[in-house]
Amino acid sequence: MSTRLADQGKLINRSKSLDFTFNGKQLRGYEGDTLASALLANDQMLVGRSFKYHRPRGVVASGAEEPNGLVNMGQGGTFEPNQRVTTTPLFAGLSATSQNHWPSLEFDVGAINKHLSRFLPAGFYYKMFMYPRPFWKHVYEPFIRQSAGLGKAPKDRDADTYEHFNVHVDVLIVGGGIAGLAAALAAGERGARVLLLEQTAHWGGRAVVDRPEIDGQPADEWIKNTLQSLEKMSNVEMRLRAMGAGVYDHGYALAYERLTDHAPDMDGPRHRLWRIRAKQIVTATGAIERPLSFAGNDIPGVLLAAAVRDYAVNFGVSIGDRTVVVTNNDDAYRTALILKKAGLDVPAIIDARPDPEGPLIDEARTLGIRVEAGTGIAKVKGGKRVTGIAICAQAGEGAVLEEIACDCVAMSGGWSPVVHLWSHCGGKLMWDTEQAMFRPDPERPPTGAQGEANVITAGIANGHLFTTEAVGDGWAAGRAAAKAAGHTKRGGQAPLGADAEEGPIAPVWLMPQGASQALRSKAWLDFQNDVKVSDVQLAAQEGFESVEHAKRYTTLGMATDQGKLSNINGLAILSKSLNADIPDVGTTTFRPPYTPISLGAIAGDARGPLFQPVRQTPMSGWHNDNGADNEPVGQWRRPYAYIRDGESVHDAVNREVKNTRENLGLLDASTLGKLIVKGPDAGKFLDMMYTNMMSTLPVGKCRYGLMCSENGFLMDDGVVVRMSEDTWLCHTTTGGAESIHAHMEDWLQCEWWDWKVYVANVTEQYAQIAVVGPNARRLLQKLGGMDVSAEALPFMQWADGKIGECDARVFRISFSGELSYEIAVPAGQGRAFWDALMAAGEEFGIMPYGTECLHILRAEKGFIMIGDETDGTVIPQDLNLQWALSKKKEDYLGKRAHTRSHMADPNRWKLVGLETLDGSVLPDGTYAIADGTNKNGQRNTQGRVTSTYYSANLGRGIAMGLVHNGPDRMGDVIKFNKVDGDTVDAKIVDPVFYDKEGEKQNV
Amino acid sequence: MSNAVSALQARVAPGEVTIREDGLRGMIILRGDLGSKKLRNVCKAVTGVAVSAQGQADVTGDNGLCWMSPDELLVLVPYAEVAQALAAIDKALSGEHYLAENVSDARALIHVEGVFAREVIAKLAPVDLHPDSFKPGDFRRTRLAQAAAAFWMRDEDTFEVICFRSVAEYVFGLLAQSAEEGPVGYFAKL
Repeated sequence: MSTRLADQGKLINRSKSLDFTFNGKQLRGYEGDTLASALLANDQMLVGRSFKYHRPRGVVASGAEEPNGLVNMGQGGTFEPNQRVTTTPLFAGLSATSQNHWPSLEFDVGAINKHLSRFLPAGFYYKMFMYPRPFWKHVYEPFIRQSAGLGKAPKDRDADTYEHFNVHVDVLIVGGGIAGLAAALAAGERGARVLLLEQTAHWGGRAVVDRPEIDGQPADEWIKNTLQSLEKMSNVEMRLRAMGAGVYDHGYALAYERLTDHAPDMDGPRHRLWRIRAKQIVTATGAIERPLSFAGNDIPGVLLAAAVRDYAVNFGVSIGDRTVVVTNNDDAYRTALILKKAGLDVPAIIDARPDPEGPLIDEARTLGIRVEAGTGIAKVKGGKRVTGIAICAQAGEGAVLEEIACDCVAMSGGWSPVVHLWSHCGGKLMWDTEQAMFRPDPERPPTGAQGEANVITAGIANGHLFTTEAVGDGWAAGRAAAKAAGHTKRGGQAPLGADAEEGPIAPVWLMPQGASQALRSKAWLDFQNDVKVSDVQLAAQEGFESVEHAKRYTTLGMATDQGKLSNINGLAILSKSLNADIPDVGTTTFRPPYTPISLGAIAGDARGPLFQPVRQTPMSGWHNDNGADNEPVGQWRRPYAYIRDGESVHDAVNREVKNTRENLGLLDASTLGKLIVKGPDAGKFLDMMYTNMMSTLPVGKCRYGLMCSENGFLMDDGVVVRMSEDTWLCHTTTGGAESIHAHMEDWLQCEWWDWKVYVANVTEQYAQIAVVGPNARRLLQKLGGMDVSAEALPFMQWADGKIGECDARVFRISFSGELSYEIAVPAGQGRAFWDALMAAGEEFGIMPYGTECLHILRAEKGFIMIGDETDGTVIPQDLNLQWALSKKKEDYLGKRAHTRSHMADPNRWKLVGLETLDGSVLPDGTYAIADGTNKNGQRNTQGRVTSTYYSANLGRGIAMGLVHNGPDRMGDVIKFNKVDGDTVDAKIVDPVFYDKEGEKQNV
Repeated sequence: MSNAVSALQARVAPGEVTIREDGLRGMIILRGDLGSKKLRNVCKAVTGVAVSAQGQADVTGDNGLCWMSPDELLVLVPYAEVAQALAAIDKALSGEHYLAENVSDARALIHVEGVFAREVIAKLAPVDLHPDSFKPGDFRRTRLAQAAAAFWMRDEDTFEVICFRSVAEYVFGLLAQSAEEGPVGYFAKL
């Protein structure tokens, strides 16, 4: 059983015990424990079930690479699935439950899958579920949904808060082990602005456990002294519990700081996402130990060798009383030595190498540990817990030589440098045959905006597995990074490291090397996703030669751990199956983040009311206090209608539509774009921007204008106003304010850079209110201030002055066909002006109206709407707007495009009005059907609806649509699809339904 | 004009770092040749300060000039004096190619003051706010989270933020939330 040792435990505080629960069971750990060490101290080895076969899973690692120990944490608003026990700090009251089992962790029905494993081979997703077709929906999918998936999705809103933080540094150093500390020291001494990040809660990395010597001191002494030096440097910032998550283009990096995970009662945000711009990045990210592939290597109690000694040294936890070490390298002997010295039994070291030699091996032998050279594990015995191993010759096929009873197996297949951050943004790798690992290729680093190398890798992450080189390499990397960032002050000397000499590693990708099919199908590569040696071999046999294909076919490395333990072993097996060299097979792509980061950290402040900016006009408050039913228009919220007590939305719209035509309506039109275009070349410029002529517009007048893209498609429309000799005001659609401004600047800056034109977006300077209806003039005359009579201010003219108390610019323009004034006042006066209009308008039957009423009024008049009648494929000719295409102008944007054969095609669908014979409202966007079917067997069409409404003024449905030869087919009846599958007859009519002569607006 | 109100009507979120909407301020967008003597003279005459260098703002009381781009300045004057200032600019620059428009009502001005004001801004803007890089008088056009904004540093503990009026509520909320979450302890070791 696993238990707490009487002494040891560098990181725990035995005087402070913490109570926590796992699956409802009350357990106790110490301050400084991780959830993993606390569970192991309580003999809770079984922590979950694997994804596919629901095999029992125990902790296998001690850090970020852990594939098995994933739990649900917390409850309600703090519930979070897939939390890694090895990186979850223990706190009082922690509550965790295991995942992926039913009905219980100890007894799992899904584990029956393991007996079906013959039927769930590599690629089973693709093979099994194809036929019979209906089985997918009714049998397979429900079953998979029930059994697959790890943690549960949270149901409640996250109770914690999160934030972002932007910094610019000279040198970002990821990893606070000895290489990272040395790098920080070197860069800091040279005066660079340094940010040093360490993902765990402690500095020093593995050196704290393995205790090599640095500068003649034990590693922990050197670490303490170095930290003291760094703390004195004001240019060096150090953060624990902060993981370098990703490296992106141009020296951009993300870090994930976990502020309160170890103490949830602390104030402040739970996680902080650091958004870092670094001139240079040093990745001192260390290495991850590889498992060995032998039968039963997934049984709880089989751990990585370094993890076994981490638990002993850091947390005072023994995994078992009798630990067998199995290895292909010297480093794992350290585990045997530490355990032996702690008074635990190490029955044997199974070393796959025929002739291991070196000081560590000698020391093991001296301590009386049996070293079995040239052997391997034939299989591990046990179910939910290791009970023993069978050993065999590594060179053979697995014939059992002997069985050894044990309750822990410590395995080491060598170390893989953590090259993730190096690789995220294009750093390349090379295969180191001698050390059997991929390491960063310093000749092919990630590069920055100028093509310069902007990531330096250091220490063990750079393939220097031994302290002697690692600490010096870190120091050199820090110095080089500081220099590249422009800091060349002189600093101290590189630290010197020393540790025990180690003999060469022997690459072992399968144990024993000739393992039978039966053994290979029990030798796990990916513990979380249940991928075995036999699966990868099958994938290779079936032709999945690319490592990326094999990965997806087998799901190797696709779990939440992203194959930190399995990738190298998997591709070694693949390369062997393909009879290719490992570097020729290559690795899969390393993508950020390094380990999963919380969605909360990514969102930061963007939640609740701050989820996104909601733009408000000066009158938005009034609208919301007066029944506005809002709709989003870009980031604005505009009232769709103002609902009164007892009304439906439809009732309110009908009331507003009738009242505006009969009495007086008020529309908040502030959101419409307003661009000032000024300069000696402004007229010439606007003649290019608009299809019709703007340079000839007299001062004081307004003109409706159309804007096409250079491809000829209609992109915006609005009223253009001549303010003065060299100044125009261009109204755009609400959605076009920013984009048309950008469009104009684009042409001015990139194409016509020598034209003297300035553009300013003054959209928000004005609150703009449309006063619409037969009583509009009466209302303005009552408020007084300026002459708004038909004579003083005719249709399509404007004037500056005052209305009541407010500074007003009054435009006689109409989008409704009614007598209409659009009045712009400074936004600060907008609310006062609105209030004044509402108060004075009472006697004239004033009512505010929303966007739906606006739409209906314009549709009754046959006015087009950008975004309804246009969709990016429509040209002005389609909408019978030839009158707005100037023939006098030599050029304008879109003119040339309109001459293309497809644009000039007489068969293009054209705008018409549509009236159903039964008066009903046509469905939005519906198609008019034609005879026959196309080559795909679909019904032919001859038109579609672009706008459709119920007109309360006409008492019937009205619509506009684009119809083949439409304007030539007035009076024809065509059929439109309905949602229920039926069709409805509609007559083609003139799109102007109301006041065809336009008398009402021109009074 | 007595009926004019600012976007948030001087709302305050008090705290270690206090967020306060500053009320109405006269603002003029001025585009033109920033090297023009006439332009530089009239700017000085209207605001009392000289045309700022790239990335700088010079603000004294309600008056000031902020560098917006190689051909754009933001002219700050008291709200009541905008018409007068515009008239002066139009008069001085008549005959030159320029654009001057009143944008006082299109904007909101928000004051951020307190010991970790730098960090309140750095949580929201992708700007190098290290004390060695960003000092009183420095000015940036940038964004705060998802909204366009500009700010300058008035003194070591005070930033002035300008945003569009329509998003004043959002930007104020961001700043208040940032302040409430507390210091990061990065720029100032507290």
